[in-house]
Amino acid sequence: MNVVSLVLQAGLRDLSRNRWIVAYTISFLGIAEGLFWFGGTGPQVLLSMLNLVLLVLPLVALVFGTIHVYASREFVELLLAQPVPRRELFAGLYLGLALPLAGAFLVGAGIPFIVHARHGATIGGVVALLGAGVGLSLAFAAIATWIALFTDDRLKGVGLALGAWLAAAVIYDGLVLGAAAAFGNYPLERPLLGLMLANPVDVARVIVLTQLDVSALMGYTGALFERTFGTALGTGIAAAALVTWCVIPLGLAGRRFLRRDF
Amino acid sequence: MITLDTIRKRFGALDVLQDVSLALRTGAVTALVGPNGSGKTTLIKIVLGLTRADHGALHVDGKPADEAGAYRRAIGYMPQAAHFPVNLRVGDVLDLVQQLRPGEAVDDDLARAYDMDGIRDKFVGTLSGGTKQKVNAVVAFMFRPSLLILDEPTAGLDPLSANVLKEKIRAVRREGRSVLITSHIMTELESLADDVAFLCDGRLRFAGPVAELLSHTGGRSLEDAIAGLMRSDRAGRRAAVPASGAVPLSPWLAPEPKGAV
Repeated sequence: MNVVSLVLQAGLRDLSRNRWIVAYTISFLGIAEGLFWFGGTGPQVLLSMLNLVLLVLPLVALVFGTIHVYASREFVELLLAQPVPRRELFAGLYLGLALPLAGAFLVGAGIPFIVHARHGATIGGVVALLGAGVGLSLAFAAIATWIALFTDDRLKGVGLALGAWLAAAVIYDGLVLGAAAAFGNYPLERPLLGLMLANPVDVARVIVLTQLDVSALMGYTGALFERTFGTALGTGIAAAALVTWCVIPLGLAGRRFLRRDF
Repeated sequence: MITLDTIRKRFGALDVLQDVSLALRTGAVTALVGPNGSGKTTLIKIVLGLTRADHGALHVDGKPADEAGAYRRAIGYMPQAAHFPVNLRVGDVLDLVQQLRPGEAVDDDLARAYDMDGIRDKFVGTLSGGTKQKVNAVVAFMFRPSLLILDEPTAGLDPLSANVLKEKIRAVRREGRSVLITSHIMTELESLADDVAFLCDGRLRFAGPVAELLSHTGGRSLEDAIAGLMRSDRAGRRAAVPASGAVPLSPWLAPEPKGAV
């Protein structure tokens, strides 16, 4: 067995027994099940879950991921002292963090939709929600890994992780709205669509909303949004943007891991 | 045989290691000693490839250490404190390290002495500090590398377990393998070490056999001798005398000529 799969297996074993990951899984399971229980139809539950996913998932991936990488520091040093290449070790460590996070979300949010399949959520919508959630988990786990490798100061690292979450999940939309208001006399549709792709949280929102036929609710850019993303090509572009949001931070984190002193 | 040739390392404005050249004798236990912050851990990390030197070379059995880290097959490492993932079982940790080094001859003496079979199914998070340190030792001694690097190996071990470990270190030496050991317990080092490398402020102030150090400093014990070195180093600094001249290096520790094995 190669180094990547060995280290990944150890990460999976460790985090699948981690109480926070278990609680995270149960929370998604409980909330989705609760929404169905209180009479929500499939699309309503999907929309409610989308808001939860966009807010909670980046927060958990960033904060838990950063703390986990710091906590693994001495174990990583022990593994680095073995005759294994850094590149493979990094791949195993990243996947050992990102896959349990993504898996916890998949299990927690996915099971209720399977159980309540008859409540009318479209397969496309469920797949988009689960796919966007997995993409967000992988992207923010990569950002968390990069932050933890960027600074040795744990307090600063967790602060940066919280700052990244605030920026992506809260502040960014406010800034975009402010820009739209300030430059309302200009044709802003295309720049705004570009800004959407520049934030993984917005990209995930786009991927799900295009499958739910509620894009008109988005108001100002709704029409253009639907015209641009309401096609297979549009969803593909958004999915590619989310993949890019996984690859770039992962590349930066990997580069740092290969070059840094431990 | 591991040789370090004019190793330099700087962190920001701080020169952590300055032109450190050291050859670890085959079949000998070398004690790496020095005050806190003298550069011991950085030197160990450079040998392990965890930290990269700004200048200098590391040779293992006559060959330059490779970037991919295959040379680490020649090294077993026991860090100062064990920090294994708390949700892994002891068996998971031991199996992982064993699978990361396939094809290497396994040495299970210490695993048997510390009864690892009895705790294989226990989660690391439930172990006492001393038991974690035993697992740490077993991981380091799991194979038969030509060099073992032990950073404060008996810290946290009960007297019996510490004694078992020291006996194992002596057995390793009898097998003709080398050990680089750090400890602040001088009596422990005295009972184990053949050679001493004394680092202070990133410079190697002395490197040679323990007997040579004792005769040079007039100390009755290793503790006396090291304390004497530290005092003379401090006095030297106060008198603004270049500290590098404090104690001469042994001839056998001079950097090897290029191309020599």
